[in-house]
Amino acid sequence: MNSRVFHIATNTLREAVRDRVLYNLIGFALLMSAAAVLVGQVSIQIERLVVINLGLTAVSLFGLVIAIFIGIGLVSKEIDKRTLYTLLSRPVRRWEFIAGKFFGLSGTLVVNTFFMAIGVFAALAYVSHHLVGSDVGVLVALYFIVLQFVIITALALFFSSFSTPIFSAIFAFWLFVIGSFAQDLRNFAAMTHGLTRWLATGAAYLVPNFSTLNVITQAAHGEPVPSQLILFNTGYALIYSVAVLSAAVLIFERRNLK
Amino acid sequence: MRAIEIAGLEKVYNAGFWRKRSKRALRPLNLVVEEGEIFGFLGPNGAGKTTTLKILMGLVFPTAGSARILGLELDDPRMKAQIGFLPEQPYFYDHLTAQELLHYYGQLSGVHAKQLSRRVEAVLEQVKLSNSANVQLRKFSKGMLQRVGIGQAILHDPKVVFLDEPMSGLDPMGRREVRSLIEDLKARGKTVFFSTHILSDAEALCDRVGIIHQGELRGVGAVAELTAGVHGKVEIVWHGATVPAGIVTMGAECRSAGETMRVIVPEENQDAALEALRRERLRLISVVPMRSSLEDYFVAQLGVPLKSEVVSFRS
Repeated sequence: MNSRVFHIATNTLREAVRDRVLYNLIGFALLMSAAAVLVGQVSIQIERLVVINLGLTAVSLFGLVIAIFIGIGLVSKEIDKRTLYTLLSRPVRRWEFIAGKFFGLSGTLVVNTFFMAIGVFAALAYVSHHLVGSDVGVLVALYFIVLQFVIITALALFFSSFSTPIFSAIFAFWLFVIGSFAQDLRNFAAMTHGLTRWLATGAAYLVPNFSTLNVITQAAHGEPVPSQLILFNTGYALIYSVAVLSAAVLIFERRNLK
Repeated sequence: MRAIEIAGLEKVYNAGFWRKRSKRALRPLNLVVEEGEIFGFLGPNGAGKTTTLKILMGLVFPTAGSARILGLELDDPRMKAQIGFLPEQPYFYDHLTAQELLHYYGQLSGVHAKQLSRRVEAVLEQVKLSNSANVQLRKFSKGMLQRVGIGQAILHDPKVVFLDEPMSGLDPMGRREVRSLIEDLKARGKTVFFSTHILSDAEALCDRVGIIHQGELRGVGAVAELTAGVHGKVEIVWHGATVPAGIVTMGAECRSAGETMRVIVPEENQDAALEALRRERLRLISVVPMRSSLEDYFVAQLGVPLKSEVVSFRS
C-alpha cells in the first residue's frame, strides 16, 4: 500500500478508536449478545438458534450504524474542520485521501466486528457449553457481514464525497435496506416487461446485493455455506466496492472545496 | 527564482439551485512574489483572499488563468513538498495530541522517519507548545490551535509558507508571537505569503503588499511606495473647548481631551485650520504631521468604506 494511504488509514482508525461513540455502540452490541443468552434460556432447545440469530443481527446492525455514522462524516468533517486543506496542501493526491479513509474505516469495522464476534462466541459457548463444527458457519456469516461493511463504507464515502452528512446517511441507509431485498427486486424485474423490466433490472443490479451476503439464518440452523458462494461474494464485494470508490474519486477529484 | 507567479487567475462560481447565477469571486489576477520576501495579501472580508489561496493550494479550480509556485505547476507533488499552508481558523483532529498531529503531517509530507521526532520536538519548541505536546487538540484554546497550525505548516521546512489570516482570533501576546515566527521565517530565507485584514500587522511585517477588493487587485508594492501617494494629514491641538466655525465647515471630527481639543485635517487644509484658530484667538498647542498609513491608502483605493470594514480594519 502507498505510504500516504497507509498513514491516512492509520489516522482514521486512530480517530475512530478514540471516539467514545464507538465504545457505546460496541457496548450495545455486546449487551445484545448477552440479552440473546437470556432469550435463549426462555426458548427451550433452540438456544443456539436464538443466540446466533440475535447475536449476528446485533453485529450486523450496530456495525451498519458505525459504518454509516462514521462514513458519512469522513469527507465532510475534514472539510468543516479544514483538516482536508492542510492534507491536500501536502503531496497527497485526492484519490489517496479517499483510499486512506476507506481502508481506515474498513479496518475500524473489522476490529469492531472482531470484538463483537468474541461476544457472540462467548454467548454461544455459554448456551452450548462447547463449540461445534457447524459454528464455522457463524465465522462465514461474520465474514460476509464484514463484506457488507466494506460495501457500506464505500457507499458512505461515495455520498460523503459530494453530499451533506444527513443526506449521505439517508442514501446509504436506504441503499442498505433496498440491497437487503435485492434478490426480490431481481425476481420482480424478471416478471415485468418492456421499459419497466429494463428499469427494474438496472436498479436491481445497481443496488448492492446484500441479500446474498446474509447467511445468518443458515448459520443459525447449522447449514454449511458453499465455498463457491464465499468466493463469489468476496469477488462481488471487491468489485462493487472498487467501482463505488472509483466513482467517489472521480467526483472528489473535480470538487471545489469551498 | 520567483516564488509565486499568478497569471490571469480567475474564479467564477455558479450559484443558485439551477446554477444559473454567476458570482465572480476573482477577476483576472496577475501577481508575482519573489523568493525570500514577506508578502501581505490584504483585503476586507469577501475580497477574494481565501479564494486565491485555495486556488494556489489546489483546493479550488480556477475558471481561467494559471499559477506556478517555485516554477512548478499547482498539482505537482514536488511543489507540494516545498510549501506549507495554514488555513483560516483551523480546528484539526479532536482526538490527536499536538505531537501526534505533527507526526502525522510529517509522514504525509515525506519527512524521513529518523528526522521526524527531532523535527516535531523542535517545532513544538518553536511554537511554544512543548508543555502541551501530549494534550488532545480538543482541549486546545484558539490561540494554541493557531500555533499548532503554524507548526504543521513549517514542520517539513518548506520554502514557501502560505498563511490565511494567521493572527485571527489571537490576543495581543499571541499576535506578537506569530509576528515573531513570521520574522524568523524570513530570517531563514523563506517566502511568506499571508492574507490579513489587520493592516498594522502587514505594515510591520511585509516587504510588499497587495490589496484586493471585490476580486480585483487594486494595488501592489512596498508599503512606503503605496502610502507615499496618499495625501498626508496633520494633527492640530489647541487649548479650549470651542471649535472654530472654519474647522466645523471642513467636516473634520474634533475630539476633546480635558482642556484641549484635537482635530485631524488633510495637509492641504492646514493653513485654513490655523487661520480659523487665529481668528478666534484660540491658543495653539501643537501641529504634528501624520505619516500616511496603509489604512489611509486602503481607504483611498476602495473609496468610501462600509462602516463594518472600517471597524474590522481598526481591530
